[in-house]
Amino acid sequence: MVNLEVNIAGVKFKNPVTTASGTFGFGQEFEDFIDLNKLGGIFVKGLTLKNREGNDYPRMAETASGMLNAVGLQNKGIDYFINTIFPSIKDSGTEIIPNINGSVVKEYIEVAEKLNEVDSINILELNISCPNVKEGGMAFGVSCPSAIAVTSAVREVFHKPIIVKLSPNVTDITEIAKGVEGAGADAVSLVNTFLGMAIDAHTKKPLLSTVTGGLSGPAIKPIALRMVWQVYNAVKIPVIGIGGIMNATDAIEFMIAGATAIQVGTANFIDPQVSIKIIDGIEEYCKKNGVSTVSQLTGGLIL
Amino acid sequence: MKHVQDFKVKHYQLLNADNYILTLSSDTVIEATEPGNFAEIKVPDTPDVFLRRPISILNVNHEAKTISFYIKAIGKGTTKLGKLPIGSVVNIVYPLGNSFSISKRKNVLIVGGGSGIAPFIMLASKLKKENNNVTFLIGARTGDDVFLTEEFSKYGDIHITTEDGSLGEKGLVTQHSVFSGDFPFDHIYTCGPDPMMKAIASIATKKRISCEASLENMMACGIGACLCCVTPTVNGNQCVCTEGPVFNTKDLQW
Repeated sequence: MVNLEVNIAGVKFKNPVTTASGTFGFGQEFEDFIDLNKLGGIFVKGLTLKNREGNDYPRMAETASGMLNAVGLQNKGIDYFINTIFPSIKDSGTEIIPNINGSVVKEYIEVAEKLNEVDSINILELNISCPNVKEGGMAFGVSCPSAIAVTSAVREVFHKPIIVKLSPNVTDITEIAKGVEGAGADAVSLVNTFLGMAIDAHTKKPLLSTVTGGLSGPAIKPIALRMVWQVYNAVKIPVIGIGGIMNATDAIEFMIAGATAIQVGTANFIDPQVSIKIIDGIEEYCKKNGVSTVSQLTGGLIL
Repeated sequence: MKHVQDFKVKHYQLLNADNYILTLSSDTVIEATEPGNFAEIKVPDTPDVFLRRPISILNVNHEAKTISFYIKAIGKGTTKLGKLPIGSVVNIVYPLGNSFSISKRKNVLIVGGGSGIAPFIMLASKLKKENNNVTFLIGARTGDDVFLTEEFSKYGDIHITTEDGSLGEKGLVTQHSVFSGDFPFDHIYTCGPDPMMKAIASIATKKRISCEASLENMMACGIGACLCCVTPTVNGNQCVCTEGPVFNTKDLQW
């Protein structure tokens, strides 16, 4: 038997495989395909204080080994999540982790305060890295002072652990990671999408309504892996690895680079059962390689 | 229930240089599907086609355990799907999306443009069972692009328009004589290019009848998770893959 359990800031996840915010809805969308209770956790679709309609169509463009999106945090607001969605998913047998967003610090604070009151929400993800909103979002995550300011502000009001989701669109991601660690983050998750764009050569028009959008998928994996390794070596808090994970081998590589857990994102669009296959594949790898506890993989890079 | 399932390529029917019908077979039971449902097809052995391709379900044969798709080859994915060796494994996620409403004992008009005819064989077969009087209006660029008329004729009268006048009336579907003079229809179903569907929807409004349109936005997941394929509606942005692809046109703000 392999012990697949991992611990992030005192919260136990039954295995290191979680699903990335914005790629898994609220979990219910996948119930026909998998048992949600097998997952380590579900990072639900990004939430804001008020209802957001998101950006105009087209919001998506396929790229080489990946895709660009410009959804822009479409969601019905935190109250709708707490009162309507969460009651229907809280007993799914896996950790449900809200991903919170804001255009100003005050909005992050209000959302976090509302989540304080919700039983069985044990941890949240503070998103300072959404590239697809005009105000806030990534703007908080690309400068150290603003990343520290929003993390400190939420830390002050939220009584449970906080994971800060980092943007890769920075000169030195370790500086931001150290900054938010100092401001009270209990863990960091990285990376969010890379800012990119696509053009139709025939019409000379951008393929996304917002011109630029966030690049995800296996195209970004080597860069994400490098950033996870750098951040693992720079901070003492747990790192959650994200970026183009398509299979168990990819997930294991992120753990070897330093991730305590991982998020499966874009791969969910291609195979709605991929998250379960990754859990099974990690377990098999551990059995074959005599690894009794999956957390032993974390940071095991041999130099 | 939505399902991920491996099928095998059983048969191709080539309609012309760019259009074909792909029939897949399975060893296991085919899920119940409704007219308007679609499938997300993984294009095999084509790494540069990253996402699945959402394709309308043309027909299902539960006895033979086959499912077929009418596909127009317009890009790498749809071209590759037309050239797989017989017996190749093709993985699909299906049935996805909502479906057309099925009226009873009504006079209905089905308007299909280009590859928008795909959902209408299943629809017409169901409408016929409910004793509706079905009329088809098919629009295409040329007579060579008009397909499946033999199938359609099993269920009702067919009118055709072509842009070059090589078959049926010359012009766009919206200019067809069916819309002038006596107009006996209670309901319109439409699928095709957006400008055509918008024009049909506005005709329906003028004639004070209801109209359903099946939309074809670009999709990633196909199951309402990524929120990429949205269309603006009176209820806000809604996913074409989940709240659609079929919408009552009075709800659309396109």
